[in-house]
Amino acid sequence: MTTVSMTVNGEKVSREVEDNIFLAYYLREALGLTGTHVGCDTTQCGCCVVHMNGTSVKSCTVLAAQAEGATVTTIEGLAKDGQLHPLQRTFHECHALQCGFCTPGMIMAGVDLINTYPGILDENVVRHEMEGNLCRCTGYHNIVKAILKAAAEMRPASVGDAAE
Amino acid sequence: MYPTTYRRPRTLAEAKAMFADAENASFLSGGHTLLPALKLRLASPSDLIDLGAIPELRGIKVEGRSVVIGAMTVHAEVADSPLVRQHIPALAGLAGSIGDRHVRHRGTMGGSVSNNDPAADYPSGVLGLGATVVTDKRRILADDFFTDLYQTAREPGEILTRIEFPIPDTAGYAKFVSPASRFSIAGVFVSRTGKAVRVAVTGAGSGGVFRATDFEKALAADFRVEALANCTIDPGNMMGDQNGTPEYRANLVLVMARRAVQNMGAITVCK
Repeated sequence: MTTVSMTVNGEKVSREVEDNIFLAYYLREALGLTGTHVGCDTTQCGCCVVHMNGTSVKSCTVLAAQAEGATVTTIEGLAKDGQLHPLQRTFHECHALQCGFCTPGMIMAGVDLINTYPGILDENVVRHEMEGNLCRCTGYHNIVKAILKAAAEMRPASVGDAAE
Repeated sequence: MYPTTYRRPRTLAEAKAMFADAENASFLSGGHTLLPALKLRLASPSDLIDLGAIPELRGIKVEGRSVVIGAMTVHAEVADSPLVRQHIPALAGLAGSIGDRHVRHRGTMGGSVSNNDPAADYPSGVLGLGATVVTDKRRILADDFFTDLYQTAREPGEILTRIEFPIPDTAGYAKFVSPASRFSIAGVFVSRTGKAVRVAVTGAGSGGVFRATDFEKALAADFRVEALANCTIDPGNMMGDQNGTPEYRANLVLVMARRAVQNMGAITVCK
Protein backbone atom coordinates (compact mmCIF):
# COMPACT_ATOMS: atom_id res chain seq x y z
CA MET A 1 0.00 0.00 0.00
CA THR A 2 1.13 3.54 -0.75
CA THR A 3 -0.35 6.83 0.33
CA VAL A 4 -1.02 8.77 -2.87
CA SER A 5 -1.67 12.50 -2.65
CA MET A 6 -2.63 14.81 -5.48
CA THR A 7 -4.75 17.85 -6.27
CA VAL A 8 -7.99 16.85 -7.97
CA ASN A 9 -10.28 19.57 -9.31
CA GLY A 10 -8.55 22.09 -7.07
CA GLU A 11 -8.80 20.06 -3.86
CA LYS A 12 -5.91 18.34 -2.14
CA VAL A 13 -6.69 14.65 -1.64
CA SER A 14 -4.79 11.75 -0.12
CA ARG A 15 -5.72 8.05 -0.06
CA GLU A 16 -3.92 4.85 0.79
CA VAL A 17 -4.16 2.47 -2.19
CA GLU A 18 -2.48 -0.63 -3.57
CA ASP A 19 0.56 0.05 -5.77
CA ASN A 20 -1.11 -1.59 -8.79
CA ILE A 21 -4.21 0.65 -8.75
CA PHE A 22 -4.68 2.84 -11.83
CA LEU A 23 -5.57 6.51 -11.71
CA ALA A 24 -9.03 5.90 -13.23
CA TYR A 25 -9.92 3.57 -10.36
CA TYR A 26 -8.39 5.92 -7.78
CA LEU A 27 -10.67 8.66 -9.07
CA ARG A 28 -13.76 6.48 -9.32
CA GLU A 29 -13.46 4.20 -6.32
CA ALA A 30 -11.25 6.00 -3.79
CA LEU A 31 -12.62 9.50 -4.50
CA GLY A 32 -16.10 8.63 -5.82
CA LEU A 33 -15.60 10.73 -8.97
CA THR A 34 -17.46 8.38 -11.29
CA GLY A 35 -17.63 10.85 -14.20
CA THR A 36 -14.37 9.37 -15.46
CA HIS A 37 -15.41 6.20 -17.27
CA VAL A 38 -13.49 3.02 -17.98
CA GLY A 39 -14.49 1.68 -21.39
CA CYS A 40 -11.93 -0.67 -22.88
CA ASP A 41 -9.28 -0.60 -20.11
CA THR A 42 -6.72 -1.19 -22.90
CA THR A 43 -5.63 2.40 -23.75
CA GLN A 44 -7.78 2.60 -26.86
CA CYS A 45 -11.23 4.10 -26.29
CA GLY A 46 -10.40 7.31 -24.44
CA CYS A 47 -13.43 7.22 -22.09
CA CYS A 48 -11.03 7.64 -19.15
CA VAL A 49 -9.25 10.78 -20.39
CA VAL A 50 -8.47 13.31 -17.65
CA HIS A 51 -5.96 16.16 -17.48
CA MET A 52 -2.80 15.52 -15.50
CA ASN A 53 -0.37 18.41 -15.01
CA GLY A 54 -1.97 20.23 -17.91
CA THR A 55 -2.11 17.53 -20.57
CA SER A 56 -4.64 14.86 -21.46
CA VAL A 57 -3.87 11.28 -20.38
CA LYS A 58 -5.68 7.96 -20.50
CA SER A 59 -6.14 7.42 -16.77
CA CYS A 60 -6.61 3.65 -17.19
CA THR A 61 -2.94 3.52 -18.20
CA VAL A 62 -1.41 5.70 -15.50
CA LEU A 63 -0.85 4.21 -12.07
CA ALA A 64 -2.32 6.25 -9.23
CA ALA A 65 1.15 6.23 -7.69
CA GLN A 66 2.57 7.85 -10.85
CA ALA A 67 0.20 10.77 -10.25
CA GLU A 68 1.67 11.44 -6.80
CA GLY A 69 1.89 15.22 -6.40
CA ALA A 70 0.12 15.84 -9.73
CA THR A 71 -2.64 18.29 -10.53
CA VAL A 72 -5.57 16.41 -12.02
CA THR A 73 -8.77 17.73 -13.58
CA THR A 74 -11.72 15.44 -14.27
CA ILE A 75 -15.04 16.11 -15.98
CA GLU A 76 -16.44 17.07 -12.54
CA GLY A 77 -13.94 19.94 -12.36
CA LEU A 78 -14.84 21.70 -15.61
CA ALA A 79 -17.99 23.60 -14.65
CA LYS A 80 -17.30 26.76 -12.64
CA ASP A 81 -19.78 28.49 -10.31
CA GLY A 82 -22.70 26.51 -11.67
CA GLN A 83 -21.85 27.44 -15.27
CA LEU A 84 -21.06 24.64 -17.70
CA HIS A 85 -17.71 24.80 -19.48
CA PRO A 86 -18.23 26.10 -23.05
CA LEU A 87 -17.54 22.61 -24.47
CA GLN A 88 -20.05 21.00 -22.09
CA ARG A 89 -22.61 23.56 -23.25
CA THR A 90 -21.91 23.06 -26.97
CA PHE A 91 -22.12 19.25 -26.54
CA HIS A 92 -25.64 19.90 -25.23
CA GLU A 93 -26.51 22.42 -27.94
CA CYS A 94 -25.15 20.27 -30.81
CA HIS A 95 -26.57 17.03 -29.43
CA ALA A 96 -23.06 15.57 -29.47
CA LEU A 97 -23.95 12.44 -27.52
CA GLN A 98 -26.39 9.60 -27.54
CA CYS A 99 -25.70 7.05 -24.80
CA GLY A 100 -23.21 9.41 -23.16
CA PHE A 101 -20.67 6.82 -22.05
CA CYS A 102 -17.78 8.30 -24.07
CA THR A 103 -18.80 11.90 -23.35
CA PRO A 104 -16.59 12.69 -20.32
CA GLY A 105 -13.50 11.48 -22.18
CA MET A 106 -14.56 13.26 -25.37
CA ILE A 107 -15.02 16.54 -23.53
CA MET A 108 -11.74 16.27 -21.60
CA ALA A 109 -9.94 15.43 -24.86
CA GLY A 110 -11.71 18.27 -26.71
CA VAL A 111 -10.81 20.80 -24.00
CA ASP A 112 -7.15 19.71 -24.17
CA LEU A 113 -7.24 20.05 -27.95
CA ILE A 114 -8.80 23.53 -27.89
CA ASN A 115 -6.41 24.70 -25.16
CA THR A 116 -3.19 23.38 -26.63
CA TYR A 117 -3.40 22.84 -30.40
CA PRO A 118 -0.94 25.34 -31.88
CA GLY A 119 -2.40 25.73 -35.41
CA ILE A 120 -5.80 26.43 -36.94
CA LEU A 121 -8.51 24.07 -35.71
CA ASP A 122 -10.74 22.90 -38.52
CA GLU A 123 -12.86 19.83 -39.12
CA ASN A 124 -9.99 17.70 -40.46
CA VAL A 125 -7.69 18.60 -37.59
CA VAL A 126 -10.36 17.88 -34.99
CA ARG A 127 -11.21 14.51 -36.53
CA HIS A 128 -7.53 13.57 -36.68
CA GLU A 129 -6.63 14.79 -33.20
CA MET A 130 -9.65 13.08 -31.64
CA GLU A 131 -8.46 9.67 -32.95
CA GLY A 132 -7.83 8.48 -29.41
CA ASN A 133 -11.49 8.73 -28.42
CA LEU A 134 -14.04 6.24 -29.70
CA CYS A 135 -17.80 6.79 -29.86
CA ARG A 136 -20.01 3.88 -30.90
CA CYS A 137 -23.25 5.89 -31.21
CA THR A 138 -22.97 9.25 -32.88
CA GLY A 139 -20.79 8.79 -35.94
CA TYR A 140 -18.73 11.72 -34.55
CA HIS A 141 -20.33 14.42 -36.69
CA ASN A 142 -21.96 16.37 -33.87
CA ILE A 143 -18.96 15.85 -31.59
CA VAL A 144 -16.76 17.59 -34.16
CA LYS A 145 -19.34 20.36 -34.52
CA ALA A 146 -19.52 20.89 -30.77
CA ILE A 147 -15.72 21.12 -30.46
CA LEU A 148 -15.48 23.63 -33.31
CA LYS A 149 -18.33 25.67 -31.86
CA ALA A 150 -16.68 25.83 -28.44
CA ALA A 151 -13.32 26.57 -30.05
CA ALA A 152 -14.87 29.48 -31.95
CA GLU A 153 -15.82 30.99 -28.58
CA MET A 154 -12.64 30.08 -26.71
CA ARG A 155 -10.03 30.90 -29.41
CA PRO A 156 -11.86 32.74 -32.23
CA ALA A 157 -8.66 33.79 -33.99
CA SER A 158 -7.59 30.26 -34.89
CA VAL A 159 -10.65 28.26 -35.88
CA GLY A 160 -11.54 27.14 -39.39
CA ASP A 161 -15.03 26.56 -40.75
CA ALA A 162 -17.41 24.46 -38.72
CA ALA A 163 -18.72 21.27 -40.28
CA GLU A 164 -22.23 21.62 -41.67
CA MET B 1 -2.53 -6.93 -12.78
CA TYR B 2 -0.56 -8.87 -10.19
CA PRO B 3 0.51 -7.06 -7.01
CA THR B 4 3.77 -5.17 -7.31
CA THR B 5 5.79 -2.57 -5.43
CA TYR B 6 5.97 0.86 -7.05
CA ARG B 7 9.25 2.77 -6.65
CA ARG B 8 10.12 6.26 -7.79
CA PRO B 9 13.85 7.01 -7.77
CA ARG B 10 15.07 10.61 -8.20
CA THR B 11 18.50 9.78 -9.60
CA LEU B 12 20.01 7.18 -11.93
CA ALA B 13 22.13 5.82 -9.09
CA GLU B 14 19.06 5.34 -6.93
CA ALA B 15 17.26 3.59 -9.80
CA LYS B 16 20.15 1.17 -10.28
CA ALA B 17 20.36 0.43 -6.56
CA MET B 18 16.61 -0.30 -6.44
CA PHE B 19 16.92 -2.64 -9.41
CA ALA B 20 19.82 -4.49 -7.82
CA ASP B 21 17.98 -4.89 -4.51
CA ALA B 22 14.72 -6.15 -6.02
CA GLU B 23 13.92 -9.77 -6.68
CA ASN B 24 12.59 -9.28 -10.19
CA ALA B 25 12.21 -5.61 -11.12
CA SER B 26 11.06 -3.87 -14.29
CA PHE B 27 11.85 -0.29 -15.21
CA LEU B 28 8.73 1.72 -16.02
CA SER B 29 8.99 4.58 -18.52
CA GLY B 30 5.79 5.94 -20.07
CA GLY B 31 4.03 2.67 -19.30
CA HIS B 32 1.97 2.67 -22.49
CA THR B 33 3.16 -0.77 -23.48
CA LEU B 34 4.25 -2.24 -20.17
CA LEU B 35 1.16 -1.37 -18.13
CA PRO B 36 -1.32 -2.86 -20.65
CA ALA B 37 0.88 -6.00 -20.74
CA LEU B 38 0.81 -6.18 -16.94
CA LYS B 39 -2.99 -5.86 -16.97
CA LEU B 40 -3.04 -8.98 -19.13
CA ARG B 41 -0.80 -10.66 -16.55
CA LEU B 42 1.86 -11.31 -19.17
CA ALA B 43 4.51 -10.46 -16.58
CA SER B 44 4.68 -10.08 -12.81
CA PRO B 45 7.58 -7.85 -11.77
CA SER B 46 8.14 -7.70 -8.00
CA ASP B 47 8.96 -3.99 -8.35
CA LEU B 48 8.13 -1.31 -10.90
CA ILE B 49 10.90 1.28 -10.92
CA ASP B 50 9.45 4.44 -12.47
CA LEU B 51 12.09 6.43 -14.36
CA GLY B 52 9.75 9.41 -14.69
CA ALA B 53 11.19 11.52 -11.87
CA ILE B 54 14.84 11.52 -13.01
CA PRO B 55 15.36 14.93 -14.65
CA GLU B 56 18.55 14.04 -16.56
CA LEU B 57 16.65 11.48 -18.67
CA ARG B 58 14.51 14.17 -20.31
CA GLY B 59 15.11 16.93 -22.79
CA ILE B 60 16.20 17.71 -26.33
CA LYS B 61 19.36 19.52 -27.43
CA VAL B 62 21.72 19.81 -30.38
CA GLU B 63 25.32 18.75 -29.74
CA GLY B 64 27.71 19.17 -32.65
CA ARG B 65 25.99 17.59 -35.66
CA SER B 66 23.54 15.50 -33.62
CA VAL B 67 20.12 15.94 -32.08
CA VAL B 68 20.30 14.39 -28.62
CA ILE B 69 17.05 13.28 -27.03
CA GLY B 70 16.68 12.07 -23.43
CA ALA B 71 15.23 8.58 -23.16
CA MET B 72 12.26 9.69 -21.04
CA THR B 73 11.22 12.45 -23.46
CA VAL B 74 7.60 11.87 -24.43
CA HIS B 75 6.48 11.60 -28.06
CA ALA B 76 4.54 14.89 -27.91
CA GLU B 77 7.68 16.79 -26.86
CA VAL B 78 9.68 15.34 -29.77
CA ALA B 79 6.83 16.06 -32.21
CA ASP B 80 6.50 19.69 -31.05
CA SER B 81 10.20 20.41 -30.54
CA PRO B 82 11.41 23.35 -32.69
CA LEU B 83 14.93 21.79 -32.68
CA VAL B 84 13.77 18.40 -33.98
CA ARG B 85 11.43 20.03 -36.49
CA GLN B 86 14.24 22.19 -37.79
CA HIS B 87 16.98 19.56 -38.01
CA ILE B 88 15.16 16.22 -38.58
CA PRO B 89 11.55 17.04 -39.48
CA ALA B 90 10.84 13.41 -40.42
CA LEU B 91 11.69 12.35 -36.85
CA ALA B 92 9.36 14.98 -35.39
CA GLY B 93 6.69 13.76 -37.81
CA LEU B 94 7.31 10.14 -36.84
CA ALA B 95 6.88 10.99 -33.14
CA GLY B 96 3.69 12.91 -33.94
CA SER B 97 2.25 9.90 -35.76
CA ILE B 98 2.50 7.46 -32.85
CA GLY B 99 -0.75 6.32 -31.20
CA ASP B 100 -3.01 9.24 -30.37
CA ARG B 101 -2.47 12.58 -28.61
CA HIS B 102 -3.09 11.16 -25.12
CA VAL B 103 -0.66 8.30 -25.74
CA ARG B 104 1.90 10.81 -27.05
CA HIS B 105 1.61 12.74 -23.79
CA ARG B 106 2.87 9.70 -21.84
CA GLY B 107 4.74 7.34 -24.16
CA THR B 108 8.51 7.80 -24.26
CA MET B 109 11.19 7.33 -26.89
CA GLY B 110 13.37 5.21 -24.59
CA GLY B 111 10.47 2.97 -23.68
CA SER B 112 9.53 2.38 -27.29
CA VAL B 113 13.10 1.71 -28.38
CA SER B 114 13.82 -0.62 -25.43
CA ASN B 115 10.66 -2.58 -26.06
CA ASN B 116 11.46 -2.97 -29.80
CA ASP B 117 7.93 -3.91 -30.80
CA PRO B 118 8.14 -5.07 -34.44
CA ALA B 119 5.42 -2.56 -35.41
CA ALA B 120 6.72 0.41 -33.39
CA ASP B 121 7.77 3.56 -35.27
CA TYR B 122 10.84 4.68 -33.33
CA PRO B 123 13.11 1.69 -34.08
CA SER B 124 12.97 2.55 -37.80
CA GLY B 125 13.91 6.17 -37.05
CA VAL B 126 16.79 5.12 -34.80
CA LEU B 127 18.11 2.58 -37.31
CA GLY B 128 17.31 4.69 -40.38
CA LEU B 129 19.26 7.65 -39.02
CA GLY B 130 22.16 5.53 -37.78
CA ALA B 131 21.66 6.82 -34.24
CA THR B 132 23.67 5.89 -31.18
CA VAL B 133 21.82 4.54 -28.16
CA VAL B 134 23.47 5.65 -24.92
CA THR B 135 22.94 3.78 -21.66
CA ASP B 136 24.26 4.28 -18.14
CA LYS B 137 27.09 1.90 -19.11
CA ARG B 138 27.98 2.29 -22.79
CA ARG B 139 27.24 3.58 -26.27
CA ILE B 140 25.56 1.19 -28.71
CA LEU B 141 25.21 1.78 -32.45
CA ALA B 142 21.66 1.31 -33.74
CA ASP B 143 22.98 -1.43 -36.05
CA ASP B 144 23.98 -3.44 -32.96
CA PHE B 145 21.09 -2.47 -30.71
CA PHE B 146 18.02 -4.14 -32.25
CA THR B 147 18.62 -7.87 -32.13
CA ASP B 148 15.24 -9.61 -32.66
CA LEU B 149 11.50 -9.23 -32.02
CA TYR B 150 11.17 -7.42 -28.67
CA GLN B 151 14.89 -8.03 -28.13
CA THR B 152 17.71 -5.50 -27.86
CA ALA B 153 21.33 -5.42 -26.75
CA ARG B 154 20.21 -3.77 -23.49
CA GLU B 155 21.09 -5.96 -20.52
CA PRO B 156 18.94 -6.43 -17.40
CA GLY B 157 19.38 -3.40 -15.15
CA GLU B 158 20.88 -1.28 -17.94
CA ILE B 159 19.11 2.05 -18.40
CA LEU B 160 18.80 3.98 -21.67
CA THR B 161 19.74 7.57 -20.95
CA ARG B 162 19.61 9.24 -24.36
CA ILE B 163 19.73 8.69 -28.10
CA GLU B 164 22.02 10.70 -30.38
CA PHE B 165 20.66 11.22 -33.89
CA PRO B 166 23.19 12.44 -36.48
CA ILE B 167 21.55 15.22 -38.49
CA PRO B 168 21.07 13.97 -42.08
CA ASP B 169 20.89 16.10 -45.21
CA THR B 170 17.33 14.89 -45.53
CA ALA B 171 15.06 12.13 -44.23
CA GLY B 172 11.55 10.83 -44.85
CA TYR B 173 9.20 8.31 -43.31
CA ALA B 174 6.22 6.58 -44.90
CA LYS B 175 3.98 4.04 -43.22
CA PHE B 176 0.87 2.07 -44.03
CA VAL B 177 -1.16 1.59 -40.86
CA SER B 178 -3.69 -0.99 -39.77
CA PRO B 179 -7.08 0.77 -39.73
CA ALA B 180 -7.90 -0.91 -36.40
CA SER B 181 -4.73 -0.77 -34.32
CA ARG B 182 -3.04 2.08 -36.22
CA PHE B 183 0.24 0.21 -35.89
CA SER B 184 2.35 0.04 -39.04
CA ILE B 185 1.89 -2.92 -41.36
CA ALA B 186 4.96 -1.54 -43.09
CA GLY B 187 6.90 1.62 -42.30
CA VAL B 188 10.03 2.76 -44.10
CA PHE B 189 12.44 5.41 -42.84
CA VAL B 190 14.90 6.79 -45.42
CA SER B 191 17.78 9.16 -44.70
CA ARG B 192 20.49 10.62 -46.91
CA THR B 193 23.71 12.18 -45.65
CA GLY B 194 26.15 13.09 -48.39
CA LYS B 195 26.27 10.00 -50.58
CA ALA B 196 25.26 7.63 -47.79
CA VAL B 197 21.69 6.38 -47.73
CA ARG B 198 20.02 4.37 -44.97
CA VAL B 199 16.66 2.61 -45.34
CA ALA B 200 15.12 1.03 -42.23
CA VAL B 201 11.89 -0.98 -42.26
CA THR B 202 9.49 -1.51 -39.37
CA GLY B 203 6.19 -3.38 -39.06
CA ALA B 204 7.06 -5.93 -41.71
CA GLY B 205 10.14 -8.01 -40.94
CA SER B 206 9.83 -11.35 -39.15
CA GLY B 207 12.88 -10.41 -37.07
CA GLY B 208 11.73 -6.86 -36.30
CA VAL B 209 13.23 -3.66 -37.67
CA PHE B 210 15.86 -4.17 -40.42
CA ARG B 211 17.85 -2.29 -43.05
CA ALA B 212 16.91 -2.80 -46.69
CA THR B 213 20.48 -2.78 -47.96
CA ASP B 214 19.57 -3.33 -51.65
CA PHE B 215 17.38 -0.23 -51.49
CA GLU B 216 20.25 1.68 -49.87
CA LYS B 217 22.67 0.76 -52.64
CA ALA B 218 20.22 1.65 -55.39
CA LEU B 219 19.37 5.00 -53.81
CA ALA B 220 23.02 5.81 -53.04
CA ALA B 221 23.75 5.43 -56.76
CA ASP B 222 20.70 7.44 -57.84
CA PHE B 223 18.49 9.10 -55.24
CA ARG B 224 15.25 8.97 -57.18
CA VAL B 225 12.13 6.79 -56.94
CA GLU B 226 13.02 5.27 -60.32
CA ALA B 227 16.17 3.79 -58.79
CA LEU B 228 13.98 1.40 -56.77
CA ALA B 229 12.42 -0.08 -59.94
CA ASN B 230 14.43 -3.30 -59.80
CA CYS B 231 14.50 -3.65 -56.00
CA THR B 232 12.55 -6.39 -54.26
CA ILE B 233 12.09 -7.70 -50.73
CA ASP B 234 12.17 -11.42 -50.00
CA PRO B 235 8.76 -12.46 -48.58
CA GLY B 236 10.62 -15.20 -46.71
CA ASN B 237 11.80 -12.53 -44.25
CA MET B 238 8.37 -10.92 -43.78
CA MET B 239 5.74 -11.37 -41.08
CA GLY B 240 2.39 -12.85 -41.98
CA ASP B 241 -0.68 -12.13 -39.84
CA GLN B 242 -4.27 -10.89 -40.05
CA ASN B 243 -2.99 -7.58 -41.41
CA GLY B 244 -1.26 -9.06 -44.42
CA THR B 245 0.59 -11.99 -45.92
CA PRO B 246 4.39 -11.97 -46.26
CA GLU B 247 4.02 -11.32 -50.02
CA TYR B 248 1.67 -8.38 -49.39
CA ARG B 249 4.10 -6.90 -46.88
CA ALA B 250 7.09 -7.37 -49.19
CA ASN B 251 5.30 -5.32 -51.83
CA LEU B 252 4.13 -2.76 -49.27
CA VAL B 253 7.72 -2.16 -48.11
CA LEU B 254 8.66 -1.22 -51.67
CA VAL B 255 5.64 1.06 -52.02
CA MET B 256 6.38 2.79 -48.70
CA ALA B 257 10.04 3.21 -49.65
CA ARG B 258 8.95 4.96 -52.86
CA ARG B 259 6.55 7.21 -50.97
CA ALA B 260 9.21 8.12 -48.41
CA VAL B 261 11.64 9.06 -51.20
CA GLN B 262 8.93 11.08 -52.95
CA ASN B 263 8.18 13.03 -49.78
CA MET B 264 11.55 13.59 -48.12
CA GLY B 265 11.56 16.06 -45.24
CA ALA B 266 8.18 14.88 -44.01
CA ILE B 267 6.13 11.85 -43.12
CA THR B 268 3.50 10.11 -45.19
CA VAL B 269 0.80 8.15 -43.38
CA CYS B 270 -1.25 5.83 -45.62
CA LYS B 271 -4.47 4.26 -44.38
